[in-house]
Amino acid sequence: MSGDRPEDETGSGPNKPDAVPHFVSDEPFNADVEVVLTPEQEKYYMASQWRLMWWKLKRHKIAVAAGIFLLLLYLIAAFAEVVAPYELQHRDARNVFAPPQAIHLFHEGKLVGPFVYGYNSKRDPETLQKIYTPDPTKVHRIRFLCSGGYKGSEYEFWGLFKGDFHLFCPTDRRSPVFLLGTDRLGRDMFSRIVYGSRISLSIGLIGIVLSFMLGIVIGGMAGFYGGLVDNLVQRLIEILKSFPRLPLWMALSASLPAKWSPLLIYFGITLILALLDWPSLARAVRSKLLSLREEDFAVAANLMGASTKRIIGRHLVPGFASHLIASASLAIPEMILGETALSFLGLGLRPPVTSWGVLLNEAQNIQVVVLYPWLMAPMIPVILTILAFNFLGDGLRDAADPYK
Amino acid sequence: MFRYIVHRLLLMIPTLLAVSAIVFVIIQLPPGDYLETLIAEMQSRGEAVDQNQIEALRRAYGLDKSPVEQYFSWLFGLLQGDFGWSFEHNRPVSELIGQRILLTFVVTFSTIAFIWIVSFVIGTYVATRQYSVSDHVATLIGYLGLATPNFLLALVLMYLANQWFDTSIGGIMDDEYRNQPWSLDKMLSVLEHLWIPVIVIGTSGTAGMIRRLRANLLDELHKQYVVTGRAKGLHPRKLLWKYPLRMALNPFIADIGSILPEVISGSAVVAVVLNLDITGRMLLDALRAQDMYLAGSFLMFLALLVVIGTLLSDLALAALDPRIRLSGGTTR
Repeated sequence: MSGDRPEDETGSGPNKPDAVPHFVSDEPFNADVEVVLTPEQEKYYMASQWRLMWWKLKRHKIAVAAGIFLLLLYLIAAFAEVVAPYELQHRDARNVFAPPQAIHLFHEGKLVGPFVYGYNSKRDPETLQKIYTPDPTKVHRIRFLCSGGYKGSEYEFWGLFKGDFHLFCPTDRRSPVFLLGTDRLGRDMFSRIVYGSRISLSIGLIGIVLSFMLGIVIGGMAGFYGGLVDNLVQRLIEILKSFPRLPLWMALSASLPAKWSPLLIYFGITLILALLDWPSLARAVRSKLLSLREEDFAVAANLMGASTKRIIGRHLVPGFASHLIASASLAIPEMILGETALSFLGLGLRPPVTSWGVLLNEAQNIQVVVLYPWLMAPMIPVILTILAFNFLGDGLRDAADPYK
Repeated sequence: MFRYIVHRLLLMIPTLLAVSAIVFVIIQLPPGDYLETLIAEMQSRGEAVDQNQIEALRRAYGLDKSPVEQYFSWLFGLLQGDFGWSFEHNRPVSELIGQRILLTFVVTFSTIAFIWIVSFVIGTYVATRQYSVSDHVATLIGYLGLATPNFLLALVLMYLANQWFDTSIGGIMDDEYRNQPWSLDKMLSVLEHLWIPVIVIGTSGTAGMIRRLRANLLDELHKQYVVTGRAKGLHPRKLLWKYPLRMALNPFIADIGSILPEVISGSAVVAVVLNLDITGRMLLDALRAQDMYLAGSFLMFLALLVVIGTLLSDLALAALDPRIRLSGGTTR
């Protein structure tokens, strides 16, 4: 047993009461016997790279929460017509610049369920501004999972078929529900933000796809061919990077012809956003290709006679695909921000196309904002979306290299 | 070192040429030219358009020449300090943008200084107290700062200042100094107004810089030489200041190249919201009105600012870091 070891070194001599007996197996040592893994260990060692990444990502609680939040946002964007109580362009001429209504549960001490108080409106005799105050006698209950029957409730789902079903709606046509107030034409801000998410969120996705294609092709060529091509691409990237992005975006989007239809403008803006975004991606692809090419497994594959195509497709691309996904999730928010900034300045998308930036364009004038601060509301989804993408991107980046 | 400087300076020439070509292509992109905008405007006002007069104007502005010829005459003008003619304001561009360029310089470099100082203090503080309450708070604020677009921050600050203090925080100087020559009072007025745009533009850069400094410093602090130093009884303050902090400060200089475009981008939009007399509003209007030489000069100047800033940061880095100086390579 532990007899042949000096006691003062192990610190577990027989004179100590709680000593743990030192155990050495008497069996002869055989190096050829395989180490038997427990089922859990085996599962871990046999897991594919993507499975490992998924496990690692799952440990990153904030990233998972951000991912779920983003999924929810995209769901809302997909079913915008159902989530929004009013149609995008519906105007309520009697409630122009109406303030947001708070949702209450109790009316005079009794539980009524979620409801809002109606408006009392009167005009300021001096400024002629309409002033709204909540009227505690008008109780407008909110219905859930309802079909409308009020003005502005009918919609064409994705422009395909007519519908009248909403997540929530006001009781009837005389009791409007404006959770985030209305704008200068009496349009419901909440509904418009929900509809705007469709444009704002999709522009990041389409933009990143375009930027990905450019980045992978150009960066891949630079990394693969090297030499002159590499040099040219490097210089081009450097030049594009030495431009401040936003002014260049402004200049490019100002050059989109005014005659274009809103849809064309949408694609034009997406293209412009991608046009300045690919350099960082191309640089990442190039450096990853160059470093992975020197790795042992790539050299081994080469020595075993694998073709270049196979080396790239089977060995190199899987090696950096995860990094690309991570950097893409960090690039999407920048595109969303770019579109928001451009539309805010009036250079990006134009009404009737509605994005968060287009909505914020109405809040450009500080006098208007001071009178009607709820026009700044589209800011909240912008910040939350970008925050969520950043958290998710951080988590993905940590998970991208599961062997570390 | 001398060779390195010359090498970098020579490399700037093709970069700037390419930048000028791209700028020119972009300002030429919109179909038609300023005169067509003018004609459309006159027609919409119901004024008669004299074709001969238009042709004369076109010749006078050199708009009848081919784009290549226009580019070279613009380029040679730039080299001689002649930025061309602003159609909309009917004045030489250099007269219009002179003061704005100066103010852009002031705003940009104060913002960089702000980013440096604030992120140095907070980054060091936070890195030496990893996982403390202040660390988490700083991280949270950092994330928020990164996620909040600065023009929206400007809007919110404007609103709050209006609600709470009943003042406007817009503008970069008091209105009475606007068109006056530079004087001490005017400079003081600029300094008084400067802090709002500097904070607004600098927030996201500061947040990013704090994160980087924190990560770098933590890497350094966990290295063996620090452990050895601590084991030998080195004073904690000296243990932080003498080596790890100096090593971690590299990004402060190396990242100028990426922070500068960000700051300039930010200032362009924030200037519109806060109504600053820098590039913002005038560039926006020039782009809309196809006032090509004015817009082109602005874009060219902004790009030049970035190129020079990157050059300075590369040189400073080479001076500080012998590894870069000796290999003659760039920082990236």
